[in-house]
Amino acid sequence: MSEEAQRTSPRLVVVGNGMAAGRMLEELFQRAPDKYRVTVFGAEPRVNYNRIMLSPVLAKEKSYEEIIIHDEAWYRGKGVRLHKGETVVSINRAARTVTTASGRVEAYDQLVIATGSTPIAIPVHGVTLPGVVTFRDLDDVETMIDQAKPGRRAVVIGGGLLGLEAAAGLKAHGMAVSVVHLMPTLMERQLDPSAGYLLQKAIERRGVDVFTGANTQAILGDASVTGVKLDDGRVIPADMVVMAVGIRPNARLAKEAGLDVNRGVTVDDFMRTSDPHIHAVGECVEHRGQCYGLVAPLYEMAKVVAARLCGENSAAYQGSLTSTKLKVSGIDLFSAGDFGDAENDEIVLRDPSRSVYKRVVLRDNRIVGAVLFGETEDGAWFFDLMKKQTDVGAMRDTLIFGQAYQGGSPLDPMAAVAAMPDDAEICGSNGGCKSAITSAIARDALTSLDEVRAQTKASASCGQCTTKVEALIAAALGDKYKAANRKPMCKCTDLTHEEARGLIISKKLASMPAVMQELGWKSSCGCPSCRPALNYYLLCAWPLDYKDDAQSRFVNERVHANIQKDGTFSVVPRMWGGLTTPHELRAIADVAERFRIPTVKVTGGQRIDLLGVKKEDLPAVWAELNKAGLVSGHAYAKGLRTVKTCVGKEWCRFGTQDSMGLGVKLERLLCGSWTPAKVKLAVSGCPRNCAEATVKDIGVVCVDSGFDIHIAGAAGLHVRATDLLGHVETEEEALEHVAAILQLYREEAAYLDRIYKWVEKTGLARVRAKIMEDHDARRALYARFLISQRAVRKDPWAERVAGFGAKEFTPLAVVMPIAAE
Amino acid sequence: MTYSAPDWFDIGPLEHIPQRGARIVKTARRDIAVFRTAGDDIFALENRCPHKGGPLSEGIVHGRKVACPLHNWTIDLESGAATGADRGCARSFRVKIEKGRVYLEMSVAVAP
Repeated sequence: MSEEAQRTSPRLVVVGNGMAAGRMLEELFQRAPDKYRVTVFGAEPRVNYNRIMLSPVLAKEKSYEEIIIHDEAWYRGKGVRLHKGETVVSINRAARTVTTASGRVEAYDQLVIATGSTPIAIPVHGVTLPGVVTFRDLDDVETMIDQAKPGRRAVVIGGGLLGLEAAAGLKAHGMAVSVVHLMPTLMERQLDPSAGYLLQKAIERRGVDVFTGANTQAILGDASVTGVKLDDGRVIPADMVVMAVGIRPNARLAKEAGLDVNRGVTVDDFMRTSDPHIHAVGECVEHRGQCYGLVAPLYEMAKVVAARLCGENSAAYQGSLTSTKLKVSGIDLFSAGDFGDAENDEIVLRDPSRSVYKRVVLRDNRIVGAVLFGETEDGAWFFDLMKKQTDVGAMRDTLIFGQAYQGGSPLDPMAAVAAMPDDAEICGSNGGCKSAITSAIARDALTSLDEVRAQTKASASCGQCTTKVEALIAAALGDKYKAANRKPMCKCTDLTHEEARGLIISKKLASMPAVMQELGWKSSCGCPSCRPALNYYLLCAWPLDYKDDAQSRFVNERVHANIQKDGTFSVVPRMWGGLTTPHELRAIADVAERFRIPTVKVTGGQRIDLLGVKKEDLPAVWAELNKAGLVSGHAYAKGLRTVKTCVGKEWCRFGTQDSMGLGVKLERLLCGSWTPAKVKLAVSGCPRNCAEATVKDIGVVCVDSGFDIHIAGAAGLHVRATDLLGHVETEEEALEHVAAILQLYREEAAYLDRIYKWVEKTGLARVRAKIMEDHDARRALYARFLISQRAVRKDPWAERVAGFGAKEFTPLAVVMPIAAE
Repeated sequence: MTYSAPDWFDIGPLEHIPQRGARIVKTARRDIAVFRTAGDDIFALENRCPHKGGPLSEGIVHGRKVACPLHNWTIDLESGAATGADRGCARSFRVKIEKGRVYLEMSVAVAP
């Protein structure tokens, strides 16, 4: 720059010396190296470095020197006056000057605000203790490295991008690291639950403990940090706490200068603030309601600011599509765009044995989002197709396999298997290669999938390769092969209900994303048919740990009432064994009158149904009924409905046992339990069977010598008399046997199969052996039943009355005209 | 014909609608079901299934669809149209999220 230019060219002042400012200057000098006299103020006492590479610095994979973008020589060469460690504290827009903390005043013709963002500290007790650090700049990293000694313990609060990178970095220093994350899955803003599940598994495999759904209540310690307390009472010991819950745009300077500020400094498409002499760029900016924390958008903004400063009036910023990668070595993930829940049109590919998950979401044949885990080579390609809005209709069938597979024809699975070499792996779980399976088929004359599974173990573990194994059998047997009558659960999987249940137990799968990933679900989050089933299977398998997913339940089970054709609900309180009292009847009558319940009906299960209750009245109706001691009758549930009784020996001249008493005891023992389908019981006091026990799911018929236990009756669409399972002598035995039957049914039946369906499939003799003959098995079933009942021993109505999920019952908003029209 | 600017009504914070769920907005003219997907997209439909008037807000939300609780018709949340072999369409209304709050375009929502 000539001396003349030095004196007369306009003055550009840049507040902030981070990546956005640096890139903006580069773009500017490329266009017009001499247009401005440039002054830069940076709050950090150093030159511009690559902030996104701080994780590798923390992990000791890189040094500070390696991540410098512009060294001192660069600033000198460009004639930039750089003030390191000098914070701008105010802007005088009228005088067009900025003032720094040290009192320096600098005049500008054009000002660029690039103040970046600041880490958010959650407002909990102990947040100011020594040992609590943020992860934002090199000083933070140096503090962490200084404190990170092998054997010391770190808790990272926040399981997003930054938190996980911090955790991996600290782990590399030999610390014991835990991540505490508020949401149920990690990086939930960038990943769907399936990828979040795999990520958690990968992080845990590195020895980092992960607590999801965990809300930090306080940071503990007197002189310095000693631990983190969660709101469920758990305490995680810690010598260091890293606060990585997020960042917020640093817009304070702009706000105090009277510029328009929202979450960030608001700018138009030309990156102009509300003052025409001031532009803003980077993480401090809010553009079209959007704030960005990733580097690609900052670069796009920087380009526009530089162009505008050079008088290119056509340059405009349109907002950015962003993509995410995690910089933790050995963990490959990629996400871009909108993939929240567009299962309407998605392509999913999972490989459980290699922890691979790929999902591409389409709308109108265009990619709108992609999530990749485990194999991310095609991320850039998908992202490019997405940005260009390319019509991918023609390559839809092969799209998910990536760029390398395009142009070929989609494979016919049968031909594909036939074309495989003999040593090709068919079953990844049990190591069955193609020739091992085909030779077993020939040698042992196997003709069915079950036989192949028994002989070779192929497809016997996770069932992933079932289709391939079936294709091998079909190829070997030709027309003689009759495909087994296997009915997959739904279009999301090839597994049957029974297979999926078995695998949930054997592979210890404890969450919906775990099931879907490890069993290779073909959709990202299931469908209305498999979700309720899986929710039940998980609940049954892990009664004390699994958290019920209300949104995977039919409305009746969600609101504890039965929806009717006009959208109102029916309410049925329990009447134990069909018995009631004047007090209860009075309470029911009062409720019916008070809430103007139009229909009151006696049900077939010996209780009273209140029909036509408005949804918003439900909690109040329950509260009134609760007050009289009435609880939910679960008339809506796949669970125990009623235990119908006849009078029995207390009054009846034919009665042989106390059928009413046993009915009440049974109902109290079994109620609240979730089952694959509804369950109805009855106890008859003598073989005249007035309680119609022989058409119930489980029926007890009292006789002089004790109790006959019947199962598998039905009296609905299908009518079927029960089968006699066996005879017991005492009431205690009757209770234990019935509960054990229920538990066996709970553990084995396919979702929605009533007991008679399940018995038809599994065989009466088998049930009899387990319940009547194998006493240890029965006692174990009974014990498991009692454990699972612990988790449900609360009245759902009372929970709701107490406020649990109260929002379910009230409108979000009521918009009514103030006066009549 | 008169032009009227969109009439955006703040109907509450997004987190008051459960993910994969719905809440209703009551107006003098009709109940409107506001749905929230797992991906935090929101949609507003008249709370009546085109089949037999079932309350769509009570259905299971999956993807960008909802299954009516009465007879399991599947309704596309974006268009309100029945999917598959079923024919019919629930009225849909404009709705948007701004700064974590949900806005419903009310001039259309309360029109006949």
